[in-house]
Amino acid sequence: MSAAVHERFVDVAVIGGGPAGLSAATNARRAGAARVLVVERDVRVGGILPQCIHAGFGLHEFGTDLTGPEYADRWTAAAAEAGVEVLLDTMVLSLGPDPDGGGLLLSAVGPSTGVLHLHAAAVVLAMGCRERTRGALNIPGDRPAGIYTAGTAQRLTNLEGLMPGRRIVILGSGDIGLIMARRLTLEGAQVIAVLEVLPYAGGLTRNVVQCLDDFGIPLRLSTTVVRIQGREHLEGVVTARVDADRRPIPGTELEIPCDTLLLSVGLIPENELSRDAGIPLDPATGGAVVDETLETALPGVFACGNALHVHDLVDYVSEEAAAAGKSAALHARAVSDAASGALRADPASAPAAAPVASSAPVRLASGPGVRTVVPQHLRRAAAAGLPLVDEVKVRFRIAAVFGACTLRLTAVSADGTRAVLATARRRRAVPGEMEDLGLKGPALAAARAAASIEVSVEGDAHG
Amino acid sequence: MNPFDVLIVGGGIIGAVTARALSEYDLSLGILEKASDVGTGSTKGNSAIVHAGFDPVTGTLKARLNRIGNETLEPLCRALHVPFRRNGSLVVAFTPQDRLELERLLDRGRQNGIPKLALLDADALHALEPALAPNAVAALHAPTGGIFGPYELTVACAEVAVANGARLLTDCRVVGIRPDPAGEPAPDGARFTVTARTHARDGSLVEETYRARFVLDAAGVFADDVAALAGDARLSIRPRKGEYLLLDKRQGTLVSHTVFQAPGPMGKGVLVSPTVDGNLLIGPTAVDQDDKEDTATTAEGLAYVLAQARRSVPALDTSAVLTSFAGLRAVSSGHDFVLEESPVVKGLVLAAGIESPGLVSSPAIADRLVAVLADAGLPLVRRADVRMDRDEPVRFRELDDAARARLIARDPCYGHVLCRCERVTEGEVVDAIRRPAGARDLDAVKRRTRAGMGRCQSGFCLPRVLEVLSRELAAEEETLTKKGPGSSLVDGRIR
Ligand SMILES: Cc1cc2nc3c(=O)[nH]c(=O)nc-3n(C[C@H](O)[C@H](O)[C@H](O)COP(=O)(O)OP(=O)(O)OC[C@H]3O[C@@H](n4cnc5c(N)ncnc54)[C@H](O)[C@@H]3O)c2cc1C
Ligand SMILES: Cc1cc2nc3c(=O)[nH]c(=O)nc-3n(C[C@H](O)[C@H](O)[C@H](O)COP(=O)(O)OP(=O)(O)OC[C@H]3O[C@@H](n4cnc5c(N)ncnc54)[C@H](O)[C@@H]3O)c2cc1C
Repeated sequence: MSAAVHERFVDVAVIGGGPAGLSAATNARRAGAARVLVVERDVRVGGILPQCIHAGFGLHEFGTDLTGPEYADRWTAAAAEAGVEVLLDTMVLSLGPDPDGGGLLLSAVGPSTGVLHLHAAAVVLAMGCRERTRGALNIPGDRPAGIYTAGTAQRLTNLEGLMPGRRIVILGSGDIGLIMARRLTLEGAQVIAVLEVLPYAGGLTRNVVQCLDDFGIPLRLSTTVVRIQGREHLEGVVTARVDADRRPIPGTELEIPCDTLLLSVGLIPENELSRDAGIPLDPATGGAVVDETLETALPGVFACGNALHVHDLVDYVSEEAAAAGKSAALHARAVSDAASGALRADPASAPAAAPVASSAPVRLASGPGVRTVVPQHLRRAAAAGLPLVDEVKVRFRIAAVFGACTLRLTAVSADGTRAVLATARRRRAVPGEMEDLGLKGPALAAARAAASIEVSVEGDAHG
Repeated sequence: MNPFDVLIVGGGIIGAVTARALSEYDLSLGILEKASDVGTGSTKGNSAIVHAGFDPVTGTLKARLNRIGNETLEPLCRALHVPFRRNGSLVVAFTPQDRLELERLLDRGRQNGIPKLALLDADALHALEPALAPNAVAALHAPTGGIFGPYELTVACAEVAVANGARLLTDCRVVGIRPDPAGEPAPDGARFTVTARTHARDGSLVEETYRARFVLDAAGVFADDVAALAGDARLSIRPRKGEYLLLDKRQGTLVSHTVFQAPGPMGKGVLVSPTVDGNLLIGPTAVDQDDKEDTATTAEGLAYVLAQARRSVPALDTSAVLTSFAGLRAVSSGHDFVLEESPVVKGLVLAAGIESPGLVSSPAIADRLVAVLADAGLPLVRRADVRMDRDEPVRFRELDDAARARLIARDPCYGHVLCRCERVTEGEVVDAIRRPAGARDLDAVKRRTRAGMGRCQSGFCLPRVLEVLSRELAAEEETLTKKGPGSSLVDGRIR
């Protein structure tokens, strides 16, 4: 291999070859982008899916129940057929505006890639997410072996064939923890309990039923771990019930001997690259702030999948990423049209620059009962080469468990007048399942004319 | 087996820096360390501050060796490619009472011969550190204060000593030191039989014996027990726990100086400091205990640290906590370093009561211990064939793209990023394992390369590091550990 830095030029570069990246790339090709390259740091595509050997994927997208690897295979085939190029075993280390032109520049490394400077007209961020750790919970005690995040344990079990332990306590009722409770039980381990600090389960209801109830594994709500025991190896945890403010209640401590503690306490969108590139992030989602085309504040950079906000179902990841891929292709075309002079006549077209809008975009804000909203902005007008989309899906998470309730998008005008744009009724809604509301036609036009849009839920919250 | 000229008990910073210093001479050296790696005692759980030297009581060994060490630590770190930064320190006053305390420290500092000390008023202070609490009224500024990597230095010194021929025996707990009967010089010229306990392959404990002319007791909080094994029961060391929180690099630039609080009736206060790796460190507590191996953190301790640190820097983001840890101070009854040949047991040299400022003083302590050994009769003949520095370890994350490209062309392993958070490559992990005094377990790799020290706390790189350890050590993954015997990472294979 040469010791020089390699240079390559593409229309759309996709960072990450998980379901989001594969869908974004495939749809960028379908939307007409000529050179689309996925850069994936692992030696295979599929992202987190190859280690998800359970079923439950693809019910929406393909109308059939697939395992993670099967779902990934379908998208890998689709990407190949669409003419997407994939660069494996290569990690993107930085991202920013290209100093030698109007586009973007990525720097990536890999054992056989060497150092690559990838020049792209548009970039899609599809880096997925990482798991929250013990430090984030600040659990005191010793620092022994035997404490893993659930995803790491899943990788050890399903990809490396290694058993994390035999007597297991799981802290957090996120989906990965629930699935690992079942998986390790099937491998002969004893899952003593799943503990959840909140008064309700974090994961999908179907996972609570299929992974815990069916195996008689107790789920202890409003309970947490207050101490880790064991100097070399984990020997036990001390649990305690918590009050309404999630503070441990003295006197409720319980010692549970165990050799393994799995943490399933939340996922955080992976955004080191975005942060280093100066792309504003939304503290509520942990992902980039985007508009309805999924463009971030750095022109030409789009985001989707778990890197944008944590999804519970992969099908919606694929769907969202398709939109990001299409937007990226349009942006790339606008850039190349501008470069070839096709749009030169129009003085207002500065293709690589921010979308030219008549004024600031419309902000979508979390209203009562809502924790996160994506997108955070709506464009008011089309930019050169970039028509307005005619349908927008607003995805959000609510902040508590609700009984019968109404989900609502409300336009707020400059003088404070409110007009409902879209509603949906639910018999029950939980934070663990992402909600969405669509906008099109007159409602979308009204939304683009509003001062801001409020996303809210109204009904009986159960804490 | 031939006897060791010097057998060092304890592979902390003191044992390691002294071993390196002794390896310059024609001597046979051994280091016995009970843990699976060097630098895992107090040397791992501390503030990592290069103290300027205004704090120790004038006239003590602590005061003198701190002043000298503050100057000599930097060139030592440079030669060994160990991170070191002279970021300066501030002792901050919040009350008029605190202010008087600053003046007392300034006085003491001047008597201790510490250069460039100055008192800053509130304006100067806030100009220097805008994130400091608005009610900070004054500070003592010590520009010669700094930060460095204590276990990096320990590993580097152990590496140099081993490369120069010293034997490092880890997982080797000294349980007996028997001086030969007086008046009967042994034929091998040795004076001590040292018994150590280690794990056999099957996990059982076995004892090995070693002969030594001199025993250097550098056993940290256990220095009194080790001396007692040899027959010197005069020492008494009491552990005092200090708990810390380490914060994400996003918080690492909140302050640039090491910010202490003026000592008061409430205790010595809590510091807020950047680390050489760019994180933010806050702590410690100070609680006496009896157990010499209990380094668990506590809910009360961590809550105290957070509350106190916020007093200095209110903007501290507590959601950025990466991890917590604790270390034990080796508090001796005499409150000064003990660096001498035991007056009771000839040939037993003591390095005891090495509490703060033990890190910054370590090069000066080592020099002094070499002198004590020479005075006690150890012949020091310089060797021509030794190397006192080492090749610079690659730090991929600090290289530019051109340098990375050259490196990957030479060895593609350096193109494989194993730890995504700290950007550590497979090549660096392989090197950490292959070097003298190399890594044998997950935590040892972590301390040498930072793989697993970032945001995801090894969630991502753990399986990958296990793979490399398994390959390099030709050991099944099921047999690998986090930190030596008893800390296995997995419980067998599936199917
Ligand atoms: C344990 C678990 C169980 C699940 N179970 C279900 C289920 O039953 N049903 C369901 O529908 N959904 C399930 N999901 C959700 C689904 O798997 C995710 O929503 C989906 O994988 C997210 O896709 P993504 O592409 O955004 O992220 P990922 O799948 O995480 O892919 C991100 C990719 O980006 C790569 N990457 C990151 N940074 C870089 C970089 N700098 N350079 C190069 N490459 C990079 C990574 O290597 C990875 O391949 C589960 C998820 C998990 C974790
Ligand atoms: C909370 C705290 C904060 C501190 N902050 C600072 C600071 O900012 N600046 C500063 O200069 N100093 C500081 N110090 C002091 C510094 O950490 C110590 O002085 C230094 O680490 C002592 O090194 P050591 O080698 O003597 O001890 P250790 O690092 O404890 O090494 C002793 C070694 O001996 C081994 N051992 C013990 N018994 C046996 C046996 N029987 N057989 C074999 N091996 C054995 C142990 O396993 C251990 O590895 C701090 C200390 C603490 C606890």
